[in-house]
Amino acid sequence: MKLRTIIAFGLATAAVAGLVSAQTGMKKITIAAFPSLDEAVKIALPGLKKKYPNYDIELTALQYGDHHQALTTALATGQGLHDIEAVEIGFVGKFAEGGGLEDLNKAPYNGKSFQRLFVDYTVAQATSSDGRFIGMPADIGPGTTFYRKDILDKAGISSTELTTWEGYIAAGKKIQAKDKKVFLINSAASAAGLIWRSNIPSGEGIFFSKDNKVIVGPDSARWVKAFTIAKQIRDAKLDAKIGEWSNEWYEGFKGGTVATQFSGAWLQGHFQNWMAPDTKGLWRVQDLPDGAYAPWGGSFYTIPNASKNKPEAWNVIKYLTTDRAQQIASFRGNGAFPALKSAWADSSFNEPVEFLGGQKARLLWKAAANRIKPLDVNKYDSVAETIVTTQLTAVLDEGKDIKAALTEARAEIEKRARR
Amino acid sequence: MISPAIKSEVPQHWTQTYTRWQRILAPYVFISPFFILFLIFGLFPMIFSIYVSMTSWDAISGLGGMKFVGLSNYKFLLDGLFDPSKGDTDFWKAIRQTAYIAVISGLPQHLIAIPLAFMIHTGMKRMQGFVTAVYFAPFVTSVAAIAAVFGVLYSERNGFLNWFILEVLNKIPLLNSIITDEPIKWLGNKDMIPISISILVIWRYTGWNTVLYLAGLQAIPQDLYEAAEVDGASKFERFRYITLPLLRPTMFTAVTFSILGGMQLFLEAFLLVDRGGGNQNAGRTSVMYLLDNAFNNLLVGDAAAQTWVLFVIIFSLSAVNNWIFNKIRND
Repeated sequence: MKLRTIIAFGLATAAVAGLVSAQTGMKKITIAAFPSLDEAVKIALPGLKKKYPNYDIELTALQYGDHHQALTTALATGQGLHDIEAVEIGFVGKFAEGGGLEDLNKAPYNGKSFQRLFVDYTVAQATSSDGRFIGMPADIGPGTTFYRKDILDKAGISSTELTTWEGYIAAGKKIQAKDKKVFLINSAASAAGLIWRSNIPSGEGIFFSKDNKVIVGPDSARWVKAFTIAKQIRDAKLDAKIGEWSNEWYEGFKGGTVATQFSGAWLQGHFQNWMAPDTKGLWRVQDLPDGAYAPWGGSFYTIPNASKNKPEAWNVIKYLTTDRAQQIASFRGNGAFPALKSAWADSSFNEPVEFLGGQKARLLWKAAANRIKPLDVNKYDSVAETIVTTQLTAVLDEGKDIKAALTEARAEIEKRARR
Repeated sequence: MISPAIKSEVPQHWTQTYTRWQRILAPYVFISPFFILFLIFGLFPMIFSIYVSMTSWDAISGLGGMKFVGLSNYKFLLDGLFDPSKGDTDFWKAIRQTAYIAVISGLPQHLIAIPLAFMIHTGMKRMQGFVTAVYFAPFVTSVAAIAAVFGVLYSERNGFLNWFILEVLNKIPLLNSIITDEPIKWLGNKDMIPISISILVIWRYTGWNTVLYLAGLQAIPQDLYEAAEVDGASKFERFRYITLPLLRPTMFTAVTFSILGGMQLFLEAFLLVDRGGGNQNAGRTSVMYLLDNAFNNLLVGDAAAQTWVLFVIIFSLSAVNNWIFNKIRND
């Protein structure tokens, strides 16, 4: 008797729910993202509700690593995918080469007509080697040098000295001479990483050329320079030997024991919101040393083949990425640097950034973003990166010869990429 | 209305069949939940992963993106052992490092746990439960929290251990002549990384082994000790000639656990030195390596082959362990 009541009640509820949804025609669109892109989606929700009142948008967010791992397994089986999946720049190249995401160049999306709206390099990043365009760019991260003005002032260094690697290292020595507890940079490896992924000729990759040849090696000026500069920094004991995204890293920023940091423009938001809010007014930014321009993070929205609401998903993505007001709102509210070029004309770009002591930093980032060149992505990039990093630590910590390390790195990468 | 003759005839026949089938089937129905779950979550993934190990698969292309490549993933792995210029040497390096960490973290666990369990068992009466719980606490603490704390201890420039060594121990006369005045690179030096990881592992699992041994000790009949005591055996002799031999089955279990756990070490190392395993990949365990291959490098076929080679290695080690313990028993 009781069971029967429950069943009847359940059926009735289901029927009513079905009726309601049929009547209102609500469509459930699911979005999966990671922090802080999920914040950008939340900012956009009211606007989306207004434009598409019959969309019921459901946002789920996982941590950066978990999100991409979950997406990988979901794509493997074609199960559990959301209508819209966010992808970060570090993964977008790999995911472009796989076949599980919609080619947005094709009808009905015709994404090609939107591509000119975005910064060049970001579109190239989301395009596979056979020309499929899998992700609409949401935000980008122009690389920039953050430095502590107070520390530089104390050591009598002008910020222009940081624009060459020579001056940068000399500045580090002056800072150490002034105060043994203050280091130039978190890790020498960060400098190497910056050099090996900046100023790459258009279309070429970090580790592989366009025709899949390994370009890491003792004959590559870029690679030799990356290893040499890092070694000089380590030998002069200028780095604090701290990994990024660790508690020590945050402590270094809070306590003022690290004077500079290369990163994406978005780091300012992290400083301000949680990493080191008390250092307000002490930081400034400027272009990377030796005229380097490098992409540093960025996110994309993709539609999996398995999505059941593709037209609606596309509408939502278009709103999130190509609506100028929306991109500006996300920039103001979340610090996500817009990939949409027309958003850069907004007055907020001319406003001084209070956290950076009133510097008009966004103009600098805007100029930098325009000069970043697209990188060719290879399926073995992450394999190569691990190999190169291993060799770099051997050079830094064990004093291994740079040429020998690069020769070994090349052999190792070639061995794996040949398969 | 049914006639009594039919009524008694039909149900009787049915009842008999029903009872007979029930007797035959009931046990299977009762054990079926395990087997159904095992088929879905145990057997199927195993068989599937054998197939995956013979493919080249990036996962993100979906099931249709699998390309059958036969045994070439296994060949690439084995080449790493016999022909380094052609095969995967990193996998074997990861296996070597894992085995090394398993040994230097595994042996001390038992060398500490057995005497410790013996002391708790013989020397303590009322505090036994409390003391055991204290030793067991690291085992039930979240690894992430532990790794965060150890990260602070091990930090080269701001870490507690280096502060203690350089600022406290080094300030003591006499001691300072034998103690280094360079900060120790706990997680930076390739020789230190396995040791630093092992210290964490020892600290975390010694309590678990102590509890195992304590259970083993409590199963040894008390009258054996009393008889030995009457015969004038010292405390050490009682430990050597009664406790150790009778503890052998427990030791076998505990050592097997250590081999399985040690060769599959992942979280403790991963949280301390990140996915690359630090300098020279010194702290990259085999499980870290194959997970990195699967989810970061998207070489799922290779990763599946690696899991099977790892399985064969762990299985062989367990078999050797089994053989050794049997040998000791028979001698």
